[in-house]
Amino acid sequence: MPLGAYLTLAALVFAIGLFGVLTRRNAVGILLGIELMLNAVNINLVAFGRFHADLGGTIFSLFTISITVAEVAVGLAIVIVIFRVRRTIEADHLDLLRG
Amino acid sequence: MTAEAPAFVAVAVVLLAASLGVVLTPNLFHAVLYLAVALVATGVVFLLLDAPFLFGVQLLLYAGGVVTIVVFAIMLTERLVGASIRQASRYLVNGALLSVAVFVGVVSFLVQMPASAPRPAWAADLTAAVGRALVGPFAVPFELLGVLLVIALLGALYFARTEG
Repeated sequence: MPLGAYLTLAALVFAIGLFGVLTRRNAVGILLGIELMLNAVNINLVAFGRFHADLGGTIFSLFTISITVAEVAVGLAIVIVIFRVRRTIEADHLDLLRG
Repeated sequence: MTAEAPAFVAVAVVLLAASLGVVLTPNLFHAVLYLAVALVATGVVFLLLDAPFLFGVQLLLYAGGVVTIVVFAIMLTERLVGASIRQASRYLVNGALLSVAVFVGVVSFLVQMPASAPRPAWAADLTAAVGRALVGPFAVPFELLGVLLVIALLGALYFARTEG
């Protein structure tokens, strides 16, 4: 398959993830959408690296995967704290800082 | 090489269907299971791109780690609420419009791309090359990544601790 096929697939997954981030009301649902978007970017990195015979794409996606795992751990810890304090994880209800 | 095209189409269909499941299913637990399918399908895409090492990393960290953490969080909050979490979506039309606009924007760049050359030759042993790069030119970022993971671990523990 040509490079364009992989990039188009990644763009589709990215758009679907963006749709999830925009439409989900639940904080965990929003995190899942972010996961999809990061995943799509990884496909792009690996595809570009492969078609340019450059190891950088593989190394970069290795780093983004690790950082994403850290991000999910911290994000979910925050979600659990919010849930303990506010008894909700609906993003719309978290308007304590609204001016 | 001839088997790549049908394999790519099959993986793409699975990946897109699972992604749609993640953002559309009302049950949050089902959404996580769809995410696991999507992550494994992405790993297979890495395999098609001759990166078996990343396939292993993807399975261990994403499909193993992330999905487990999210399932834990859902179980925890579900138990605290005492009810199965259903989730509604809002702004469906606006979200769909914006997502389609982003996709069209990206694809309008892709169609200007010159017809891509065939794949160049690739390192025979990718895993060894990755290992050498991680302790060679990428040694400093690799160490920083270890520091970041420790910080994230401590941060998550700090947030999730119980008082007293």
